[in-house]
Amino acid sequence: MAFDTYLLKRADFIFKDEEDWKNILTRTLKLPPNAIINELMSSELKGRGGAGFPTGLKWKLTAEAPGNEKYIICNADEGEPGTFKDREILTLVPHKVLTAMAVCAHVIGAQQGYIYLRGEYKYLVEQLNQAIDEFHTICQSLGCQFTIRIFLGSGAYICGEETALFESMEGKRGEPRNKPPYPTQVGYKNCPTVINNVETLAHAFTIFKYGAKKFYDLGVQYSRGSKLFSVSGDTPKPGIYELELGMSLEDFVNEFGDGDTKAVQVGGASGFLVPRKKFKATAIGYKGKLSGISLPTGGSMMLFNSSRSMYNVLDNYLEFFREESCGQCTPCRVGCQQLYQGIKAVKRGEKPAGYLDKLLKLTETMKLTAKCGLGQSVANSFSSIVENFREEMIY
Amino acid sequence: MSTKINININGIALEVDQGKTILEAADQAGIIIPTLCYHKDLCIAGNCRVCVVELIGQKRLSAACATPCEEGMEIRTNSLHVRNSRKHIIELLLSEHRAECTSCYKNGNCELQKLASDYKIVTQDFIPLAQQKKYTIDQFSPSILKDDSKCIRCQRCVRTCAGLQGVNALSVAHKGDRMKITTFFEKAITEVVCTNCGQCINHCPTGALVERNYIEEVWDAISDPELHVVVQTAPAVRVGLGEEMGFPPGERVTGRMVEALKRLGFNSVLDTDFTADLTIIEEGTELLERLKKTLKEKDPSVKLPMATSCSPGWIKYIEHLYSDCLEHLSTCKSPQQMFGALVKTYYAESRSLKPEKIVSVSIMPCTAKKFEAARPEMHASGYTDVDYVLTTRELAIMIKQAGIDFAKLPESSFDRLMGQSSGAGVIFGATGGVMEAALRTVYELVTGREVPFEKLNITPVRGSEGIREACIKIENPQEGWEFLDGVELRCAVAHGLVHAKQLMDQIKAGTSPYHFIEIMACPGGCLGGGGQPIPTNPEIRAKRTEAIYAEDEEMPLRKSHENPEVLLLYKNFLGHPLGKKSHHLLHTSYIERNRY
Repeated sequence: MAFDTYLLKRADFIFKDEEDWKNILTRTLKLPPNAIINELMSSELKGRGGAGFPTGLKWKLTAEAPGNEKYIICNADEGEPGTFKDREILTLVPHKVLTAMAVCAHVIGAQQGYIYLRGEYKYLVEQLNQAIDEFHTICQSLGCQFTIRIFLGSGAYICGEETALFESMEGKRGEPRNKPPYPTQVGYKNCPTVINNVETLAHAFTIFKYGAKKFYDLGVQYSRGSKLFSVSGDTPKPGIYELELGMSLEDFVNEFGDGDTKAVQVGGASGFLVPRKKFKATAIGYKGKLSGISLPTGGSMMLFNSSRSMYNVLDNYLEFFREESCGQCTPCRVGCQQLYQGIKAVKRGEKPAGYLDKLLKLTETMKLTAKCGLGQSVANSFSSIVENFREEMIY
Repeated sequence: MSTKINININGIALEVDQGKTILEAADQAGIIIPTLCYHKDLCIAGNCRVCVVELIGQKRLSAACATPCEEGMEIRTNSLHVRNSRKHIIELLLSEHRAECTSCYKNGNCELQKLASDYKIVTQDFIPLAQQKKYTIDQFSPSILKDDSKCIRCQRCVRTCAGLQGVNALSVAHKGDRMKITTFFEKAITEVVCTNCGQCINHCPTGALVERNYIEEVWDAISDPELHVVVQTAPAVRVGLGEEMGFPPGERVTGRMVEALKRLGFNSVLDTDFTADLTIIEEGTELLERLKKTLKEKDPSVKLPMATSCSPGWIKYIEHLYSDCLEHLSTCKSPQQMFGALVKTYYAESRSLKPEKIVSVSIMPCTAKKFEAARPEMHASGYTDVDYVLTTRELAIMIKQAGIDFAKLPESSFDRLMGQSSGAGVIFGATGGVMEAALRTVYELVTGREVPFEKLNITPVRGSEGIREACIKIENPQEGWEFLDGVELRCAVAHGLVHAKQLMDQIKAGTSPYHFIEIMACPGGCLGGGGQPIPTNPEIRAKRTEAIYAEDEEMPLRKSHENPEVLLLYKNFLGHPLGKKSHHLLHTSYIERNRY
């Protein structure tokens, strides 16, 4: 099946009115946990933070994990460069997120939920707390003792990684843990924990409201539902758009490009750069039976036109990772420094062009051996940019 | 019985206990997986990634140290992916490490160097990063030198300081390329809460943390014909030194060590065990004094439990963190410092030597002893009581430098006057040893009978548990000790400062049930000290412990109060325990230190 059949389709669920959240909450809390899990699983909702773990399964595993104390945490550490959708959700429709958290608490048996809010979103705290207060009042009237608190991050990119986030919440240095065990078994305070991205929870609300079928009918096989995209870069209409998953990148560029789009960085600094010649063959969604390239994403879409130097783009990403790697594991800490300095050395002629091949091999090692999901993906931008724009790295 | 699961490593089918890591399973199968951040003493970090292995069916490699085996797992420890990745990781570490091996103190005993050699990293293509970075070498401490340019950020020191010692002098700061191991506000080690225990040195795989060495100073002293150089050797050295000389752990090399010291040119080779026995007399008497004041005279100002004061790491710990409990400490100096004070007084007088011409050297399993010797109050003799403290490792270096074939050495005996000791002095080197030695003496002083344990071995205080307890009931005491009749003497022993904290918190809360506690800063006691041979781990320390107790059992004298040279010392010089001269030379006081 060719990708050109996968057209860009707009959707409008996330930001549509949330006035009925009380009814949805009341209704859903009455359902048995299993029914809710089944609904989520049949919707095929996958985590919208970027990793794409099936949300229903995550809730199920946590619900089944032994332990009296469990937690639901909303990951609002939105730190991926080029991503700015979660703050919009929390600004415009916070109750959807809070409702989904309460439902999750009901499913897994949690008393306490947290929103891990990115430090730079401190300005949101006041209004978010108002929403939480209002929410608590309704919860209590429904006989639900669940409470939510905000935990404000301190600005480290790595704390968006779920286990580093737990460490940060526990007052420790934000460093990812070894996995397994996974958060569904051993999470915050070593208790079974569901940790979901803001957007994932907002989609869960959609599913509670309209049913799994409606969500499932959006998108394509293995990539069901809609997704928020943060569109930035060389585009006449930057902003946040809700689109169905599975569209081809070509169709996306036709809609959002400026007519001169040279490449699109999908998934932020830790994502992949797709050059023009591969737009047609690339679909935005999770790997499935699709032929061609499929790219999952946390929603960051950065467009670059022909005025941009891909060397500068890569240099910028690597500078970011050199600084934002937690520094714990060798491949990520030292690898990022080597990549960053390596492209400079090639550009200045201090290293031969062939050194790029050595660095490409290094990115393989980084992807294979880094301790956490971030470390495994920091080299994505390097390999995809160097492979496609090698000449720009050298000359 | 634990559940067994089936796995396959490199084609070898294996049944392992559930919960075992891949690294442990591989070890069971005789397959070596290289490691760096892994250490048997420490919690798992999984951050160096040297131990990555391939799991069939998984895209990414897994850290063998941090991944538990699962039923049906197929593991490859030497596949193409693994080899290439491992080599890359070693190259990366080397690029961040100031690999100037020939001018490194750890040359020859560096785990990174060994890996580089094993994997034949003969070209370094990556950009050298260590040289570009601003790094600091903290060389203010008399005990520990810290060179960040050699650091590979495995965090073993951090986990040691936190997990074994509960001190947290070292921690991780910054992130990314600026990530480093440092102290509170990146102050010098001398300014923060650091006990100088040296466990970080013992657990550092590279030359980032090493002892400050005084080898050249000691050679200079030995070479000066004007000077009389006296050396004392701590009990734990004789069960550790062999490891540096090619013997397996647990080999006792007392006689060879003495001979080697004589051949190095020391004018007199004496034994810290002698002052260990002396410590028991002083400390035992002090304990009885405190018991008398508390139980008989009901003096509320006397503090119990009394805590031992032999371990300088422990002393600095309590001075920093429990400074309101200093009165619980015995006022006795450590055996090293008692020895130092006597060398330039009693020994000088007896041998008609001018104290200013005596250089007093001690060989210790300890880096904190270097700091202790440098404490300003340690000048009881009117001179610096102990001039230079060398670790077991430094002694080994000197022996090698001198071209001494250690294995072929004949056995020799300590010189007299301060060279005789009892088995009680020897066991000072093991956790629980001071307690056992003290009980052998105190019980006999009070009751006139030997402690009621087979072969005098007070087994409840032996072992490797972090905290151990013993209770000895005193019955039918001799005249003068009637107030102790029926009293159950409650004792506790802790090693590793993380365990000391538990006993101290009890004292602070007023709930400590004990009369007497022994605390050693290092795991296993001095035999696991920060100046002992590297590597260290629980098995090696167990071997050294066996050796210490074997040495004790073979000694003709087992009780400190029967040491003839100690008795002679009292008769000819000190007078009596806790006397005026003792007070001046053998006892000390403590100070409150900063808490950050």
